[in-house]
Amino acid sequence: MTALDLPVRTHPDERRQVASGNQEQRRRRRREYRLFALLVAPNLLVIAAFAYWPILYNAFLSLTDWNMIAARPTFVGLANYANILTDPAFHKTLWITLVFTGLIVAGSLVIGLALALLFNQPLKGRGVVRTISFAPHILSGAAVATIWLFIFDPGYGLLRALIEPFGAEPPDWMNNSDWALPGLVIVYLWKNVGFTALIYLAGLQGLPKDLDEAAAIDGAGTWTRFRRIKLPLLAPITFFLLITTVIGTFQAFDVIAVMTGGGPGDATTTLSWSIYNEGFQAFNAGRAATLSIIMFVILLIVTAVQARVMERRVHYK
Amino acid sequence: MSRWGTRPLQYVVLVGVAAIFLAPLYWLISTALKQPADIYQWPPAWWPHDLTWENFSLAWKAAPFDRFFLNSTIITLVGTAAKVANAVLTAYAFAYLRFPFKKVLFTLVLGAMMVPGHVTLLPNYLTVASLGWINTYAGLIVPGIGSAFATFLMRQHFLTLPSEVTDAAAVDGAGHLRTLWRVVLPMSQPMLITVVVITAVEEWNNFVWPLIVTNTADMRTLPVGLLILKDEEGLANWGTIMAGTLLVLAPMLLIFLVAQRYIVGGITQGALKG
Repeated sequence: MTALDLPVRTHPDERRQVASGNQEQRRRRRREYRLFALLVAPNLLVIAAFAYWPILYNAFLSLTDWNMIAARPTFVGLANYANILTDPAFHKTLWITLVFTGLIVAGSLVIGLALALLFNQPLKGRGVVRTISFAPHILSGAAVATIWLFIFDPGYGLLRALIEPFGAEPPDWMNNSDWALPGLVIVYLWKNVGFTALIYLAGLQGLPKDLDEAAAIDGAGTWTRFRRIKLPLLAPITFFLLITTVIGTFQAFDVIAVMTGGGPGDATTTLSWSIYNEGFQAFNAGRAATLSIIMFVILLIVTAVQARVMERRVHYK
Repeated sequence: MSRWGTRPLQYVVLVGVAAIFLAPLYWLISTALKQPADIYQWPPAWWPHDLTWENFSLAWKAAPFDRFFLNSTIITLVGTAAKVANAVLTAYAFAYLRFPFKKVLFTLVLGAMMVPGHVTLLPNYLTVASLGWINTYAGLIVPGIGSAFATFLMRQHFLTLPSEVTDAAAVDGAGHLRTLWRVVLPMSQPMLITVVVITAVEEWNNFVWPLIVTNTADMRTLPVGLLILKDEEGLANWGTIMAGTLLVLAPMLLIFLVAQRYIVGGITQGALKG
């Protein structure tokens, strides 16, 4: 976290203190402390209550067997963890989450970089197209999912209209357990590659030009220069996008909720869906809390790895 | 930059990319404006020949969209104002004031960024329920007004401001709040707009939290209302559903068109300098 290492600027008051008396100085300082506390308290209180406390609360609930109706939870020790970690259904959920995340991460990095390279060419209208490709990123996931439900509709969908003239027949995407997950991946990519492309483009434009030019003079071709110069220099950005996409995809919910509801069967039941399902449809607070802690630990490890790697090689500019 | 494919080919790809991202939005808008009969004609009419607003009134009849719209607007306005105020005040305190254990406290604020929102759903639901806030604006808004990322962005920006200006304000006898309001904030306008727009987009699009803390039709927000409309219509009335979807998207699409450079600027700044 580089932000923490930034210097905290001293207040001009500090420099004027020499002149003023000791008591005056102490009073002034106390007033400053009070103002600080006043300004920071609301934010810190909300953060404590709705970001930190939930982790402890989850940890507690995960040791109980509570159906959210009984007056008080019964302590069951690590039984929830033992049950979940040995449950084949959970293994499948984890596998689906990993496949889903892997496809989205790979897809958004590759397509995003390709788009950024395209937008970096001196083409007329590239700025407009870049903006168009970025727009879905800020749109409601629930609304985007609804549009795509219609596009995938086997009866009247846009996709059928587009491929039928070529003699192909589209699958019933969201009701087919082989096609539902790939369908969700397409929607997430459509929604998010514009973001990846934007970050890559900013990275490409920040690259030092002299290296590339020197290599070109030495006769290196476009592909060689891309592979040997640009790609390595973009590595920190790739890593940043990799981590943020993993964290985001693990928590993906709205598109799944609207398009498949975890189905058909359990074909799109990811970890994030099963937390919701256990907690708010089956009312198993204990199991939902345990799944939450498992997700927290996985993402904590991902974040810790990021912090380690970033510390070692931060050279954005 | 030499050749990366030939130029005409690059233009073909560029147009193709634009089409891929525009087609679903075009299809949304044109379907929402088509006569119900035209939607179910095959092959489909690429251009609606008889525009109608009928689908919107059907959507309005199927679900209380006016109420959803009002709820979403209230939550977005109040939530954004509270969150940005939190961010500005906290960032100012951390940038300009002394306090014991300031570094530890700042780490605690930023650490909130590492708590995945989805993990907090169940405990936060229970907290809100125990406060009696289910189906209330307080329950919808308060848990989201803590601000870590926005605070981080604002503080980073405050630290880039020249100290001469704040020093001069202090010499002139301005207190901290006056300095913040009259000197620091006016100099931070672009960053402030960025934080406001990014926060408003998040609040408007929020889905899972409103889904779990509300269960009466009059407290639903637009994205959640859309899910309910979809389930009730059973995917039979695509015109109605697309009209509802357009209502959810349109405000953010408009904000995006107006404030596009602030959103883009804020996001790249957060990503590349964070």
